[in-house]
Amino acid sequence: MTQSSIGSRERLNIVITGVGGQGNVTAGIIMGEAVRLAGLNAVMSEIHGLAQRGGVVSVDFRIGDVYGPIIPDGQVDLVLGFELLESYRALSRARPGTTMITSTERIVPSSVNVGDAKYPDLAVLRERALSRGIRIYEVDAPSIALAIGSKLSSNMIMVGAAYGAGFLPVHIDNIKDAIRLHFRESLWDVNFRAVEAGAQEIRRVASTM
Amino acid sequence: MSGHRRLLDLREGDSLFLLGNEAVARGLLEAGVGFAATYPGTPSSEVGEVLNDIAQEAGMYFEFSVNEKVALEGAAAASMSGVRSFAFMKHVGMNVASDAFMSLGYTGVRGGLVVMSADDPSMYSSQNEQDNRHYAEMAWVPLVEPSNPQEAKDFLVHAFELSERRGVPVLFRTTTRVSHMRGVVRAGPRRQSSAKGSFKKDPWHLSLLPAVARRLKDELLSKYEVLRKDADSSPLNVIIGGGSEVGAITSSAAYNSLMDALPDLEVKVDVLKLGMSNPFPEGLVGSFISSHKTVLIVEELDPFLELRTRALAQMLGIGTRVIGKMDGYFPSAYEYTPSIVRRSIARALGIRVADTEPVDLGVELPPRPPVMCPGCPHRATYYAVALALRQLKLKATIFPNDIGCYGMGFYKPFEMGDMTLCMGSSIGTANGFSQVTDQPVIAFIGDSTFFHAGLPALVNAVHNNRHFLLVIMDNSTTAMTGFEPPPNVPYEAGGRPATPISIENVASAIGVKYVKVVDPYDLRGTLAAVKEALGYSGVSVVIARRECALLRDAEIRRSGEKIPVYEVDQEKCAGCLNCVQDFSCPSFYANDKGLAEIDAELCDGCGVCVQRLVCPPAAIHESKEGRD
Repeated sequence: MTQSSIGSRERLNIVITGVGGQGNVTAGIIMGEAVRLAGLNAVMSEIHGLAQRGGVVSVDFRIGDVYGPIIPDGQVDLVLGFELLESYRALSRARPGTTMITSTERIVPSSVNVGDAKYPDLAVLRERALSRGIRIYEVDAPSIALAIGSKLSSNMIMVGAAYGAGFLPVHIDNIKDAIRLHFRESLWDVNFRAVEAGAQEIRRVASTM
Repeated sequence: MSGHRRLLDLREGDSLFLLGNEAVARGLLEAGVGFAATYPGTPSSEVGEVLNDIAQEAGMYFEFSVNEKVALEGAAAASMSGVRSFAFMKHVGMNVASDAFMSLGYTGVRGGLVVMSADDPSMYSSQNEQDNRHYAEMAWVPLVEPSNPQEAKDFLVHAFELSERRGVPVLFRTTTRVSHMRGVVRAGPRRQSSAKGSFKKDPWHLSLLPAVARRLKDELLSKYEVLRKDADSSPLNVIIGGGSEVGAITSSAAYNSLMDALPDLEVKVDVLKLGMSNPFPEGLVGSFISSHKTVLIVEELDPFLELRTRALAQMLGIGTRVIGKMDGYFPSAYEYTPSIVRRSIARALGIRVADTEPVDLGVELPPRPPVMCPGCPHRATYYAVALALRQLKLKATIFPNDIGCYGMGFYKPFEMGDMTLCMGSSIGTANGFSQVTDQPVIAFIGDSTFFHAGLPALVNAVHNNRHFLLVIMDNSTTAMTGFEPPPNVPYEAGGRPATPISIENVASAIGVKYVKVVDPYDLRGTLAAVKEALGYSGVSVVIARRECALLRDAEIRRSGEKIPVYEVDQEKCAGCLNCVQDFSCPSFYANDKGLAEIDAELCDGCGVCVQRLVCPPAAIHESKEGRD
């Protein structure tokens, strides 16, 4: 897997996507704080309001020499997805060569439950995405979170995966310091372990490909 | 996150990765603001979320006012008493506050007074896309427009100083992409705030009787002349670059999109960024346009800067080509992205750009619209109303609806949102519908919205002998924007004790003869009340009272207990799927046998579905294990 660093390109553009309640805004905050602590610029944008539980929550996250948080069309370097369907949905903003790191978690939308829509065949989506030049890495965040002992730590596993894949030009201590700034002390350890487990898992997944 | 304390602890020179609205809150500390008031509205709400946590410790008075007008009037009085004051709201909240705002230029201010309007280009959470920069011009007051979190903080401090120096209120206008942008913010020094002042009488400046106002208009225009010079020399207005034939004038979030678009265009553009855009800095803009052959105006929503630039060019007799919305090159709706700005500039200047083809998977993905949460009491209320209509065989019922989570009654399966204009309009439009049609009318409004702007409309309805049912959906909070306390609860910002106002007593005192309070979780009782109310001649009020499910979840978690979870007995389930389709709780789904099941991760344990009115074969029961 290619290691990207802020040194080799001026900007890094990441879409962090998921479903309300999955903690992807918090993931973005930790990433941004870590980037700040590493001495770099970061901006992000979150959409609040009608996106209550169950709605799509999409975060644009940018590192480097940028002004606004909105990623220009076709310049997404990484889709960091917390839910499979939403990861594929976010590919409409990707380009050939975009990396997609997605959790294998599936949350069926209400439109499928009430029979207004059909859940797509994920194998077809995967095959089409690969044929359009998307690099796909799947992380079983729910199982890893369970093993760590906190279902709520999935989002930090995904932060760890982004870091482990070379998409966060920071030191792991920057991420830990960001966690210390934003979580109460009793949650530090479990989140540290989640970041480390995520980084380890993405390296394992990449080595098998 | 209870991390808002960080904003208090921040020392000069320290930096944090902050939301624009958090930076605004920090700006209030650095400006020494002593009084702040709001009515919550996205995208401004997080300022209140922070102040709710830290105002008291910061020595600032803060309240969630009943509406934006009252918030601004409170802030105005505090300012007249020498206290630096702040009123903040979403863009449509300014319409409510505008009655007071329009006259504050006349009275002037003493302690600095800044009014924040958070506009919402693209209408992520709003009913319209109005451009509130016009308010500054209409009221003859300065307009300050930050473009990122650092500026949001720094410009706010500047706005307070300007307000105090010139004795005028300042309009501070953000947009969704400024208020909800996160970025690295470096803190400045905090200024001691004072929440107490004293009022010195000055009725010939403050009581706007016609004789007073007539004289003050002249004073306002004189002050405006001074402000024109301030705008021309304002440090908030800066030129980036120089020496190019092409220039761009921009402000707010559009500046970011312009700067992010330029590297992808093969043209050098000098940029005049306006942080103080009203009064229009005519000297600065005049020399900018006269030194460029072509000037692009890059601004979201209305051609506010463009119109003034074109007028100025005409007055000065400058032949510079001005490009903007009025000649069709830039869009007049929705927020600007770097890609939109890039394409618009390319078209205007005749540059060819290669657009990247978006990745198309060729598969339609199922939408994920916002839904009422599992356990939401509003769902039960709508369900009971739907049952009542079916049982009474009522046809063509008109459903005026209002602004809040319950507005999602608009969607299937209830489809009970026939008209929604603005806060309180459900009752106002019910007045008209019930007068000119013979159709049944059922209006829906939430508790917070009822107090905000529903009250006068209810007075009007009773006074004019209207006939409709008003369902007040009282979940005892302002859920949509972040659980701010409405006037019917016994606490206020920061948890301080407050006097609760009884909705049923208010309705009765207005003269509503049929007032009934029900628990929406009790479907039978709610159904009976709705049916009875529909049979009543005149204005009837049913108050469906049940705390927001998310608030109750938080309480259960605090107490360390588990949220109860229900399950469907697969032996008893008849497969009618009433629970999935008609009740439409998102925790229900149909399995591959065509029977109903409950997702234990989503179930909120309200137990409404157990009742036979939802599940005729009584196949649903509480499961042994709850969830965290």
